[in-house]
Amino acid sequence: MQRRDFIQLSGLGVGSLLAAGVPVLGNSVSAEYLLEASGHGVGIDNAAKKRLADIALNAAKSKGASYTDVRIGRYLQQYVFTRENRVQNISNAESFGVGIRVIANGTWGFSATSNVTPDGIAKCAETAVAIAKANAKLQTEPVQLAPQKGVGEVVWKTPIKKNAFEIPVQQKIDLLMNVNGEAMKNGAAFVTSNLFFVNEQKYFASTDGSYIDQDVHRIWPTFTVSAVDRAVGKFKTRDALSSPMGMGYEYLDGLASEKIKAPNGLVGYRNSYDMLEDAILAAKQAKEKLTAKTVQPGKYDLVLDPNHLGLTIHESVGHPTELDRVLGYEANYAGTSFATLDKWKTKSFNYGSKLVNIVADKTQPHTLGTVGYDDEGVPCKEWDLIKDGILVNYQAIRDQVAILGEKESNGCCYADNWDSVQFQRMPNVSLKAGNEKRSVFDMIKGVDKGIYIIGRGSYSIDQQRYNFQFGGQLFYEIKNGEIVGMLDDVAYQSNTQEFWNSCAQLCDKDDYRTFGSFFDGKGQPSQVSAVSHGSATTRFNGVNVINTGRKI
Amino acid sequence: MAILTKEEAKKIIDKVLSYSKSDEMSVSLSGGRTGNIRYARNSVSTSGESDNLALAVTSVYGKRSGTSTINEFDDVSLEKTVRRAEEIAKLAPENPEYMPMLGPQTYLETNTYAESTAKITPDFRAQAAFDSLDPCRKKNLTAAGYMEDTTGFTAIGNSKGLFGYNRATSVDFSITVRTADGLGSGYANPDVNDVSKLSTKAATEIAMQKAMASASARALEPGKYTVILEPTASVELLQNMVRSMDARSADEGRSFLSKKGGGTRLNEKLFDERVTFISDPMNADLPLSPFGGGGGGGGGGRFGGGGGDGLPQQKQTWIEKGVVKNMFYSRYWADKKGVQPVPAPGGFIMLGGTQSLADLIKSTDKGILVTRFWYIRAVDPQTQLYTGLTRDGTFYIENGQIKFPIKNFRFNESPVIMLNNVEALGKPVRAGGNLIPPMKIRDFTFTSLSDAV
Repeated sequence: MQRRDFIQLSGLGVGSLLAAGVPVLGNSVSAEYLLEASGHGVGIDNAAKKRLADIALNAAKSKGASYTDVRIGRYLQQYVFTRENRVQNISNAESFGVGIRVIANGTWGFSATSNVTPDGIAKCAETAVAIAKANAKLQTEPVQLAPQKGVGEVVWKTPIKKNAFEIPVQQKIDLLMNVNGEAMKNGAAFVTSNLFFVNEQKYFASTDGSYIDQDVHRIWPTFTVSAVDRAVGKFKTRDALSSPMGMGYEYLDGLASEKIKAPNGLVGYRNSYDMLEDAILAAKQAKEKLTAKTVQPGKYDLVLDPNHLGLTIHESVGHPTELDRVLGYEANYAGTSFATLDKWKTKSFNYGSKLVNIVADKTQPHTLGTVGYDDEGVPCKEWDLIKDGILVNYQAIRDQVAILGEKESNGCCYADNWDSVQFQRMPNVSLKAGNEKRSVFDMIKGVDKGIYIIGRGSYSIDQQRYNFQFGGQLFYEIKNGEIVGMLDDVAYQSNTQEFWNSCAQLCDKDDYRTFGSFFDGKGQPSQVSAVSHGSATTRFNGVNVINTGRKI
Repeated sequence: MAILTKEEAKKIIDKVLSYSKSDEMSVSLSGGRTGNIRYARNSVSTSGESDNLALAVTSVYGKRSGTSTINEFDDVSLEKTVRRAEEIAKLAPENPEYMPMLGPQTYLETNTYAESTAKITPDFRAQAAFDSLDPCRKKNLTAAGYMEDTTGFTAIGNSKGLFGYNRATSVDFSITVRTADGLGSGYANPDVNDVSKLSTKAATEIAMQKAMASASARALEPGKYTVILEPTASVELLQNMVRSMDARSADEGRSFLSKKGGGTRLNEKLFDERVTFISDPMNADLPLSPFGGGGGGGGGGRFGGGGGDGLPQQKQTWIEKGVVKNMFYSRYWADKKGVQPVPAPGGFIMLGGTQSLADLIKSTDKGILVTRFWYIRAVDPQTQLYTGLTRDGTFYIENGQIKFPIKNFRFNESPVIMLNNVEALGKPVRAGGNLIPPMKIRDFTFTSLSDAV
C-alpha cells in the first residue's frame, strides 16, 4: 500500500481548514519527474494497460467473480506553500498502482497493489475475490448492480490550455512572492499563499466491456491575509476569493472578461482568477475589518455571493441528498439525513421556494466534478435534485439506484486513489440562476435591511443537516437599498428547509459562477474528493443573524 | 510483517546515511500494519488490512533541502533515493528558517506498544464487530461502527549522529447505535494502545443505553445552562485550544495568547485556578512517542512545516492552576527568541478531581448532560470561539437526577470562557488520545435548537 501523509501547517490559512493537515498521496518525486509524468512520458501505454486489465478481469472471473472492474491509476500532485517572503514547502508526489473490485457470491470485494505486473495484478484480483467470498458469509442481501452497457475503448481529457506541471516551479514561486509582496505593501501583517495542482491519470476497465482512459486536471490557488492591530490586541484575516477549478494553469490568467463587477470595488471571478488583484483587495479589506462595526443580532435579508453560497449549498443540499447517508451507511461518521425516502416519495416535499432549482452534474465545463465517466464506468450527466422547490431525486450509484426504482446509475462514483475503494461521492451540485435579468446591484437596491456576504467562513451543520451556522469572509450592511459599511462578528443560523424556502430572488446567468471544495472528506477510512457548486448571487429573506464577538 | 526491530532499522538507516554527499542528511523509516472493519445497518460493509514500509530521505545543502521517499530496500534503490533527494535539494529555494540538524539525543523509553494489538487478525476484527452487532440486532437497534488498529514503528537518524526508535500500537473504536424508528441515538468512542483493554461489547452497550434513553426528546429553550460535559464531548474543544498554544502565533499578535500592546500572555492567569494541563509521555494510561517528526533539520521533519525534527518529548506543564506556563516553540522560533525549543505534545492530560460522572450529576440542581459534541468549527480564533452541536444523547438534569432526554442544541462557546466557569471537575479518563475529566461548567451558551437525532 501507498503512503498517505499529511502536511501540517502551523498558523492560520489553508491548514486550519483541515484538522488532519493537507493530504499527500504516494511518494515524493522531483518537479522534473512530475512534468514528464503529466505528459504521459513515464510508465506504460494504453495497450499495455488493456493487457494488464484483461489479466485482472480474467483472473477474477476464473475465481468466480460475476463482475469486475479494474482501475490502473497514476495520481500526481504538486503543492506549493509560502509565507511572506519565503517558500515554506514544495511537495511533489506520485502514486501509482491498481485497484480491483469484484462481485462474488453477491458481495463486493476489493484489493489493491502497487505491483502493476501480470503476476501482481492476477494475485490482486484473486485476493479481491477471496475477500468478497469471506464477506458474503456476513451479508444478508446480494448486491443489485444497475446494468451499464460497455462503452468500448474511449478517452476523455480535461480540456486544459496550460498543463500546470509544465509551468516552471520558479514561475509559481515568483507569482506567490508577488502576491505576498503586494499584500504586505497594502497593509497585511502576515500572508500565506498556496498553489495546489492535481493530475489523475485513470485507466478503467470492466467486464461490461469498457476501457476508459481519462486525464483529469484540477487547480486551486489560495491565500490568507492577516491584519494585526497590536495596540488594541486584535487580528483579522481575509481568505482568497478564488475557487478551485477543473482547469489548467490558464485559470491564473486573470482575464478581464471573466471578472464580474460587484459593489464596493468587489470583484467576482468566473473562470479566470486575478490573484494579485485579489491579494491587494484582501489586504485592504483585512485592515478595514479591524475597525468594522459589530453586527446587531436579529433578522436580516441576506444577499449571498456565489463564492459564499457554494458552501451553504454543499452542506445543506449536497450532503443530505447523498443516498448512502439517507440509508444509514454513514451513520457512525458524517451522519444520516433529514431528506428521507418517505419525504421524497410524497413528490411534494418543499425543500425550498419555487425559485429553487438545484441540479447535480459531472458535466459543467471548468468544474471539479467534471469527467467523462465516473469510477465505475458510467457516462456522466446532469440530473435534477430539487425542481421548483420540490425534492425529486438523490445522488446514487450502480448498487443503489434499484432502491429508487431506477435502472440507471447517476454516475457519481469516485475513489481518491487507486488503493481506495470507489463509493458514492458528491457530483457538482448547483443552484440554477434566475431567468429574469438581474445584477447584484439590482438585487441590493431592493433590500431595506440586509447583509451582503462574500466568501467561505466558519461552517457547521448537524448530522442530519437541519440546523446550520455559516460565517463568511466579508460582510456589508445594506440599508434602504444601499451598502452603508462593513460589518464584523456576523454568522447566520437557520434550518435547511426554512432557509431554502426563504429564497426570494436570484441574479441571472451573467452573475453565475462556481465555488469549490478541494478536499471534501467522507467515509471510514476517510477519502477526499473535489466538488464544485455553481450559483448566481441569491437573496434570502428574514434570516437569523447572531453576533459572534466575545471577550476573553 | 513490516515491523522492524531497532537493530534492523538502524542498519538500514546507517547504510542510507553512508550514501550521503550533502552537507546534512536525515532518514526516517516507518512501517507497520493497519487494519479496519466497518459496519452499518447491522451488517459489515468493508474490511481491510494493509502493510507499509517506507523510507524518507531529506538532504540539505546550506539552507536548501529536498526530500525523496521509497518503498524498495535494495542497495541500488536506496542509493538512487539519496541521489534524488540531493538533486531536489540543489534545485530547492533557500529556506531562511532552516535550522541545522540536531546531534545525538536521549529519548525516554515509553510504553506505547502492546503485543495484544500487534496480534490482531481479520478473525479478531470480525469477532469484535460481531460482539458489537449482536446485542443491537437482539434489541432491534441499528448499529454503525468502525474499528481501526495500527501496529507500527518509526526510526529516525541523521548525519549528526541522532538516532531514535519507537514502536507503537493503537486501536480506535467508534459505535453509533440508533433506535429502529430513528428517534434515539447513542455513541461511544474508546481508544486504547492495548486492545485487551477494549471491549466492543461494553462500549456498544453504553451507546445502546444512550440510544434508548434519548428517544422522544423534548425541546428546551436555547440559552445559558449549567452543563456536565462528558470527556467525549469536551475533547475536541480542549484539543483545539491546546493546539493553538503556539508561541510564534502569539508573538505575531494573532493568537488568543497575544497580549494587547504586544508580547504574549505567558505567566498570566487566564483560567479558573483548578485548571491544569500537562503532558507526560510516560503516563501509564496515555503513553506517547518519545520524539516528534522524522529527525530532519529546518523548520521541521519531512515537510519542513514546523516542529517535528526529532526533539525529545518530555513531561511539560502547559497550564498550571489557571496560569499559562508554556507554549510550544519550533527550533527556529526558539532560537530567534533565545529560549529552549518545546515540541507540541502528542496528547495532553487535564487534571481533575476524584468524582465520577455520576457524582457530578448527583450534585446538580438543574443542568444539562452533554455526551457528545459534533461538527465543531472555529468561529473566531482571537477568542477561541467555536460553534457545534450536541449529538447522540443530551439529557436534562434536575435535583441530581437525569429527568428526560432533550433535543440537540447548537452552541457558540470558547473553551477559554468555559474553563473560567468551572463548577467541578471529575476523575480524568481517556478520550481521543488525551486524559480529560468530566466537567461541570456554568453559563454554557446554547444558541439554537436542532431537530437532528
